[in-house]
Amino acid sequence: MSDPVKPSLLTLDARTKKRNMAETRFRMYGLAAIGTGLAMLVLLLVTIFGNGLGAFQQTFVTLNVPLLESKLDKKGERDLAKIKKVSTFGYAPLLSQAMEDALAENGIDSDLKAKKQAALLSKSAAADLRNFVIANTDKIGETVEFTFLANSRVDGYLKNRVTRTSIADDKSINAEQLDLVDELVAAGVIKKRFNISFITGADASDQRPEAAGMGVAMMGSFFMMLVVLALALPIGVAASIYLEEFAPKNWITDIIEVNISNLAAVPSIVFGILGLAVFINYMHLPQSAPLVGGLVLTLMTLPTIIISTRASLKSVPPSIRDAALGVGASKMQSVFHHVLPLAAPGILTGTIIGLAQALGETAPLLLIGMIGFIASNAPDSVASGLLYPNSAMPAQIYEWAKRADPAFYERAWGGIIILLAFLITMNTIAVLLRRRFERRW
Amino acid sequence: MSAFWLTITVLILSAFGAYAGRAQSLRVAGGDARKLHSLPKYYSSFVALGVLIPCLFVLVIWLFAQPMLIERGAEQMLNASGEPSLVMSDVRRVADGLGIAVAQGALSETEARAPIDNLRDVLGSVGVALGNDVTPDVLSAAQDMRAQEQRGNQFRMFAVLGLAALTLVFGLSRITPEFRARNAVERVVLALLITAASLAILTTVGIVLSMIFETRNFFGLHSWKDFFFGVKWAPNFRGDSELSILPLLWGTIYISLIALLVSVPIGLFAAIYLSEYAGPKTRGVAKPLLEILAGIPTIVYGLFALLTIGPLLLNTFGSGGLLGVEWMSGATAVLTAGLVMGIMLIPFVSSLSDDIINAVPQAMRDGSLGLGATKSETIRQVVIPAALPGIVGAILLAASRAIGETMIVVLGAGAIAKFSANPLDAMTTITTRIVSQLTGDGDFASPETLVAFALGLTLFVLTLGLNIIALYIVRKYREQYE
Repeated sequence: MSDPVKPSLLTLDARTKKRNMAETRFRMYGLAAIGTGLAMLVLLLVTIFGNGLGAFQQTFVTLNVPLLESKLDKKGERDLAKIKKVSTFGYAPLLSQAMEDALAENGIDSDLKAKKQAALLSKSAAADLRNFVIANTDKIGETVEFTFLANSRVDGYLKNRVTRTSIADDKSINAEQLDLVDELVAAGVIKKRFNISFITGADASDQRPEAAGMGVAMMGSFFMMLVVLALALPIGVAASIYLEEFAPKNWITDIIEVNISNLAAVPSIVFGILGLAVFINYMHLPQSAPLVGGLVLTLMTLPTIIISTRASLKSVPPSIRDAALGVGASKMQSVFHHVLPLAAPGILTGTIIGLAQALGETAPLLLIGMIGFIASNAPDSVASGLLYPNSAMPAQIYEWAKRADPAFYERAWGGIIILLAFLITMNTIAVLLRRRFERRW
Repeated sequence: MSAFWLTITVLILSAFGAYAGRAQSLRVAGGDARKLHSLPKYYSSFVALGVLIPCLFVLVIWLFAQPMLIERGAEQMLNASGEPSLVMSDVRRVADGLGIAVAQGALSETEARAPIDNLRDVLGSVGVALGNDVTPDVLSAAQDMRAQEQRGNQFRMFAVLGLAALTLVFGLSRITPEFRARNAVERVVLALLITAASLAILTTVGIVLSMIFETRNFFGLHSWKDFFFGVKWAPNFRGDSELSILPLLWGTIYISLIALLVSVPIGLFAAIYLSEYAGPKTRGVAKPLLEILAGIPTIVYGLFALLTIGPLLLNTFGSGGLLGVEWMSGATAVLTAGLVMGIMLIPFVSSLSDDIINAVPQAMRDGSLGLGATKSETIRQVVIPAALPGIVGAILLAASRAIGETMIVVLGAGAIAKFSANPLDAMTTITTRIVSQLTGDGDFASPETLVAFALGLTLFVLTLGLNIIALYIVRKYREQYE
């Protein structure tokens, strides 16, 4: 009798192979999961930047406009009240004239009617011209070079959003007009360039996507953040100091603690309902006002700030407190003179992260009415900034997304780029602060 | 004096109190601060806080109480004609408009008190538009209201300024070398800290009360049986709306389920890889990158669902799509919202599970590896079972996030309430309906608007329940290994 030949330890038997295979497979699952997550991130960022960068560019038409005295100021009195009586309709012939002049100057033949030619300009062109004339009445009678926004369809054509096939049943532009656009682009009358007024300008009505901007909504967000900072930071820090340093261990403090951790997980829309019921229906604070938005976001951010502040207070070692008490400081003095300054960087970091969260929050703002209107007037003082209806950045993006026009979609993505730029800046500051001041005891 | 200037005056008085308190303390000590119980600055803050806190407290109470009392009085006077809530808003508008007209000089003070014929024109000229014609009753009520407001504001000024003077004198009179100013100030500061801490409770109470109150109104107008056990969601303005939560609940749960099906496997495997396999370098890069997904605002995900994932799915499953089937008719669908919400929740699940897996003691892994198990066997048979309660807790927290998520479903899920098992159908959720019922022009007395509060309360209770269970499980599990 002889033993069966024992396989060498160096060659793997079937079972070991199977187990090793399982090991590799498991590892691959993990890698695949991380890969999927990162791929989603990349997809998201590519979508945002691919769709949104276009919003920072805009198509402009440069025309020499003859400000005919016969149309604007028949008697030549330069009386401002009378000039103001000429409505934007009165300016439309001037635009048509300017367009024809431009075509003649560049030797372009077009069979289009003057009205169709002028339709290449934005609907806000006449109003822009009127505002210019009212501000500069001495220019009447001269010919002024003026840069108008092009119509959003023309803009889309230059950005490949509108194509000749996609306009088949579009009433606002036709193929002949696009031919004209091609010729005007070749002549240098129509140009695409960076558009600062997307960042600084006001929102526009849904007929004029080319004129819409984020500026006023940015002011709204700014005033909301001001309210959040002014309320959430002091209240949050005070609450954390009490809970961490002074509170006796009893059922009341237990309730408060459980409450705070639960509030942090309450859906944000519930805070919106609270804001609507308490601040608007009960206290009659003005609807759509950044003050109300700020109050709602304060309540929403407080738990975040309290939790991070308590963590940074907790990380200050007890020896600091003991030393302060040992040289005769009162409990209050030890906290305010020693513990709080040492915890300040951590508190600041937590506050910035909380603010960033509040800046991107949309749902509660929908309920207190920060959507559904055109945020066209920039606030002119702190009081009007707080109390007059305004939009906020995420609410403005939502508003554009709802208008169901590809030109506004582009602006929504562009708005997201601006919003993300703010969030990235804030988070970077928070990370840098933490790196710079973090202390290990 | 307006509330703003009153506040400024109180602040100035309090600053004066701070200065005077310091001077007084040094005077009673004969210029030698060592003879005082506390440092001079404590005497100064004692006087300043003594003025500031009572005055601001009274001012705030007054600001809230006065309009309520006046309105109640006016309402009782007006109860005879029309719907009280509508008339009251007219009265308020007229009263405010009269104030503006006087401030802008369109009316003199005496004119504003006499009967006015061309009220609409006068108020229109100062930018206050009135909807319907103003009855003499409303005008007189508004004038009455304005007069009472003016009187109230005068009383307010006297009361606050009187209180400020009183507390200033009282604070200064208390200062003696033996007076323990520091202890007194510290007691006040402690009280302020406690007030701040109880604000969290106040918020919760506010949430619960405001919703319970309006929900009660809703159940007064609409049967609770239909709300909880009906099968149809069909609001209309004829007064026979069917408002049942069940179809909405089904949509919410279905979308959350898809979101969890996406996020839990990906998040869990990512956490396992990061905590068990990855070296510090990979971990240092991949973890923050994944967490960027958590920092992106939900409106971005909403737009991503509406404009990217939705059309992508439509091009695959819709008519004329890649698969040549016609299963999908619009870009908004349960699957659209669920997929995007799943992406959003990946970092949430992964970072929570990562913490929990890291909390499993190393000795358990070493024991298993020492017996000859491979790493994956150790993870599957030792680490995961040990971490399971915590992971369940994490999944529950993720579920509560999914149920309460608003922007993704508002933009990506559609608006049709129905029971359907097809993930390519558009369905609606609780949060979507809250937004649409409260953002319309509906008035706050109709069940179609009030139902939003009942939905909100249900949502609150649902997420709160999930959170409490999850936190309980996580906490209990953590204690096991400590």
